[in-house]
Amino acid sequence: MSIARKGKDLLRRVALTVNGTRHELELEPRELLVYVLRERLGLTGTTVGCDTSACGACTVLVGGESVKSCTMLGVQAEGFEITTIEGLATNGDLHPVQQAFHEHHALQCGFCTPGMVLAAVSLIESGGATDEEAIREGLEGNLCRCTGYHNIVEAVAAAAGVI
Amino acid sequence: MIPAPFDYEVAESAEHAIALLGEREDAKLLAGGHSLLPAMKLRLARPSVLVDIGRLAELSYVRDEGEYVAIGALTRHRDVHHDPLLQEHCPVVSFAAGTIGDPQVRHRGTIGGTLAYGDPASDLPAVMLALDAELVVRGQGGERMVPASEFFTGVFQTAIASAEMLVEVRVPKRAAAGWSYTKMTRRAQDWATVAVAAIVERTNGAVGKASIGLTNMGATPLRASAAEDALAGGATIAEAAALIPDGTDPSTDYAASADFRRHLAKVLGRRALEEAVAR
Ligand SMILES: Cc1cc2nc3c(=O)[nH]c(=O)nc-3n(C[C@H](O)[C@H](O)[C@H](O)COP(=O)(O)OP(=O)(O)OC[C@H]3O[C@@H](n4cnc5c(N)ncnc54)[C@H](O)[C@@H]3O)c2cc1C
Ligand code: FES
Ligand code: FES
Repeated sequence: MSIARKGKDLLRRVALTVNGTRHELELEPRELLVYVLRERLGLTGTTVGCDTSACGACTVLVGGESVKSCTMLGVQAEGFEITTIEGLATNGDLHPVQQAFHEHHALQCGFCTPGMVLAAVSLIESGGATDEEAIREGLEGNLCRCTGYHNIVEAVAAAAGVI
Repeated sequence: MIPAPFDYEVAESAEHAIALLGEREDAKLLAGGHSLLPAMKLRLARPSVLVDIGRLAELSYVRDEGEYVAIGALTRHRDVHHDPLLQEHCPVVSFAAGTIGDPQVRHRGTIGGTLAYGDPASDLPAVMLALDAELVVRGQGGERMVPASEFFTGVFQTAIASAEMLVEVRVPKRAAAGWSYTKMTRRAQDWATVAVAAIVERTNGAVGKASIGLTNMGATPLRASAAEDALAGGATIAEAAALIPDGTDPSTDYAASADFRRHLAKVLGRRALEEAVAR
């Protein structure tokens, strides 16, 4: 057992399941999941806000849990089910959290929205969206530059059925 | 920002990871990646190979071992936060894990990663120090036990040697003790400006014996020994809290000056001790 020094040219064959579809990819280990999604798979709904793990814009679901995809390597995602904003609606019907964002005007420019929605889905499904305070805390990893937090919290509370 | 190129190996067991680590001087373990990947993006770390231990499910556990609770190194902050055994026997550990970063960070970051990284601003190191936890470190020659008091040796430095791996944390059960982890942050998801872990044995409703761990008050997590001694000698909480900054060496950065940190340590320390006696 020895690690041959492979350097730059090392490509690793990886099978990723994104929104239910399996993709066979050859990735450089240093490729971050967010860029694999955006640039390799064309799923540009996942945005890059800060690229430093601070803003949550790049949040996707990995095995059903919210993760900042700018802070995870594509190769680390092998074997997990990944869900991006493109995978939430079913047969053209918005996911209840998407619908609630629509109804409560929970987006302004929309840049933070995919990450907000996926963080909210994870929070609700883990049982953490119990009241307004829990929702605010549960979304602390997501920043909205348009600062429309009030309506975002209302939308999530509505989707969680706690108002 | 994309990290500089590196080779990538997936470890199939702890032994495999240790063998791979031994092959290259600058190899690094990759657990949750929530300290290492940001550092690699900024070129603050530039390992030529990453050994991914993130899939070692056998090292993700919380077990009752009688006198202590054993936590596998790959247990994520989320799982430490929600674990019923820890909530019952070591509540300060599960509580402090729940204050780390934000939900996304807790879904990836691991207890082994946060202790091995040796960042004095991280939360669990001071908690482990206050609890007199023991850390199990494995190398090619076998395992050794390192008390938390000898584990943290400097900023980003620990007692783990280059071809060793932290495999388990052993936390003594302290269900009867009062506890608090009182943390101040500038912004919601920030690291602690200062935080204080207090574990208190009560005698007649007052503090009998206390262990006090400090986050971000020096190059390593620290014990507030002068305050602990004062409490053991019958001092009041207010008298003891005034001694908390003794022997600390906090830094000045964007979040606070060293003087403000010393001041905060007294205020948060008093609050932590008051909360701990009441809980
Ligand atoms: C936005 C953000 C906010 C955060 N906020 C906080 C906070 O408030 N409080 C806090 O405490 N932390 C915070 N963190 C850090 C977080 O807790 C990290 O998850 C943790 O410090 C590292 O754990 P990891 O599993 O991600 O380790 P990695 O990043 O994978 O590894 C960290 C280092 O430890 C080494 N290592 C990992 N596992 C082992 C092992 N088993 N044995 C030996 N060496 C090992 C690696 O080689 C590397 O050098 C934050 C991180 C982010 C991105
Ligand atoms: S782009 Fe990932 S957290 Fe901001
Ligand atoms: S809606 Fe513009 S950043 Fe949130």
